[in-house]
Amino acid sequence: MSLWVDKYRPRSLDTLSHNGHLTSVLQSISQQPRDLPHLLLYGPNGSGKKTRCMALLESIFGQGVYKMKIDVRQFVTPSNRKLDLNVVSSAYHLEITPSDMGINDRIVIQQLLKEVAQMEQVDFQESQDGLAHRYKCVVINEADSLTRDAQAALRRTMEKYSRNVRLIMLCDSVSSIISPIKSRCFMVRCPAPPNDETVNILNYVASKEKVQLESDEVLKVIAQESEGNLRKALLMLESMALCNEMQLKKSTPIIKPDWESVISKLATKIQKEKSVGCLVECRSFLYDLLAHCIPARTILQELTFALLRNSSNEKAKIAILQTSSIFDERLSLGNKPIYHLEGFVARAMCSM
Amino acid sequence: MFEGFGANKRRKVNIEEEPEHTKPWVEKYRPKKLDDVSAQDHTISVLKKTLTSANLPHMLFYGPPGTGKTSTIFALTRELYGPELSKTRVLELNASDERGIAIVREKVKNFARLTVSKPSKEALEKYPCPPYKIIILDEADSMTADAQSALRRTMENHSNVTRFCLICNYVTRIIDPLASRCSKFRFKSLDESNAIGRLKEISQLENVPHEEGALQRILEISNGDMRRAITLLQSAAKRLGFGELDKITSQEVEELAGLVPTHILQEMLNKVSQGNVNEIIEYVNEFVKNGWSAVSVVNQLHDYYITSNDYGTDFKNKISLLLFDADAKLANGTNEHLQLLNLLVQISQVPT
Repeated sequence: MSLWVDKYRPRSLDTLSHNGHLTSVLQSISQQPRDLPHLLLYGPNGSGKKTRCMALLESIFGQGVYKMKIDVRQFVTPSNRKLDLNVVSSAYHLEITPSDMGINDRIVIQQLLKEVAQMEQVDFQESQDGLAHRYKCVVINEADSLTRDAQAALRRTMEKYSRNVRLIMLCDSVSSIISPIKSRCFMVRCPAPPNDETVNILNYVASKEKVQLESDEVLKVIAQESEGNLRKALLMLESMALCNEMQLKKSTPIIKPDWESVISKLATKIQKEKSVGCLVECRSFLYDLLAHCIPARTILQELTFALLRNSSNEKAKIAILQTSSIFDERLSLGNKPIYHLEGFVARAMCSM
Repeated sequence: MFEGFGANKRRKVNIEEEPEHTKPWVEKYRPKKLDDVSAQDHTISVLKKTLTSANLPHMLFYGPPGTGKTSTIFALTRELYGPELSKTRVLELNASDERGIAIVREKVKNFARLTVSKPSKEALEKYPCPPYKIIILDEADSMTADAQSALRRTMENHSNVTRFCLICNYVTRIIDPLASRCSKFRFKSLDESNAIGRLKEISQLENVPHEEGALQRILEISNGDMRRAITLLQSAAKRLGFGELDKITSQEVEELAGLVPTHILQEMLNKVSQGNVNEIIEYVNEFVKNGWSAVSVVNQLHDYYITSNDYGTDFKNKISLLLFDADAKLANGTNEHLQLLNLLVQISQVPT
């Protein structure tokens, strides 16, 4: 049995829910599979980038794209070190995630794309005009975490091998994508679903799963809490339904992830007591969060917004925002997140 | 088995006639001759002289993306050698190839010291075929300083049989000793009259109906980057024929380019000028959900504030500083939500 998120994930373009305009864009692309452009899908978490990407591939290549397997490929760096990388692939596409390969992503990109590009697709399956399958798609998840070098390596490759390879890149923000790449791509913005859309989707899933709803109110609360993240909303719905024996009442408490409540506790702590002793206590909180694999950037963001919610003073809010923007930059430039998170906590204490 | 073989054969025939059709327009309309390269009159006139005199210096092409650097050198090699001979006479290395110091020492050096092959009779009749080879180092600014310095003596030693052409966006990233060995050609961004002519030509050839001013808007958005302009045009053309659109409109172009529509931007500016921190926080929360990219917001804010006549110099100064700061932070791959929020709050605090 799979999670509801996966069970009700739309698999073809026609069944995509929210944002009809975007769906029509993708449909118009899929109608002309011969000249599929390189695509760059961007939008916040849980807005359906991956779902849309897979649905598009499905409409071009057929159900085969969902038959995926995992290969272990070996790459050799110039210094003769061997890298093993898991590549998820189907007959028509393959997927890579830069964070799997660390700082060697340039080499992987160079070798993998060239390998794909140099192999012509030979398939005997009759497609509409027999040419739609000439290329293979390479899906790059989290394209924004590709290093500059790797992105530079993509530039000419995208042009030179466009006969045999099409890239589909998925990312949260296009800020860290270099402009030569952007100018080579068809950019598709995936907005998060508005709250009423989320409620509709939740309603649909709830009725399919035979969850008894007292009223829509509870779904509205879930939609509100999920902040446009459909994945989060569905997970919340599922866990709430399972905890309450498939019956949701108006008064059913919202189940939030543990780490969120830990962070809001941390925020109140920071606000209440401004002392070195409290700083030491905060450290154990932060270490705890990091040990549970919560990304430092998420911690910083949640903490900032929790602090903003709690404080009533405008001056303080401005100061907190400024500090958090500074430490956000340091987090992405620096190496060890705990320093910067603690630094932020200390500065936030001073500024309130 | 036999059937499959037959199908394969048929495909092969198709493949030969297919490329022009599926090529991205950027490739399809890449200038084939030096005369076709627009807006770089000075460079072209110098290069055309070399066609007659058969004497070519080492060259360094630099300029912003999409101004025709790569196209120019390919057009030049084609005119010098013709399609057949350029296979043996031209070595192209770009950022997608491994270009560490080892490659420069082996591959480049070996190619550089080869004696030139003798051109065939037909080639000699049609093309000048000067007695040297050309090594093109595309995207040379992503080469390491070490690799660049390894080139220094190679360039001089083999100058009797080999010419180098370095192509880069930022001339400052090329080490001085290399730059001083080359004659430099600066590629300026295309001005409107040149670019619009080309766009009109393409839209006519491809049969793309467009609204008055839509092409103009494409050019404004792409900022002198011809490749971006053509990609945009192609993306927009893809949308035609599906749904209600029958010609390209400025609005459609803006949406495709990922720009924030004017009315939304105006709404944001109103919120900022009211200076209420809580409202800005609320607004940005909603704004980020829609997936707009923060970088384009920064750019658009810059355009608005700097060109507006309503503000004094002092104000503009401060705003520029804030925008610069936000842009730098975003380029480091930071959290868009936090940075955008901080930027807007800071702007709202600047006294007019």
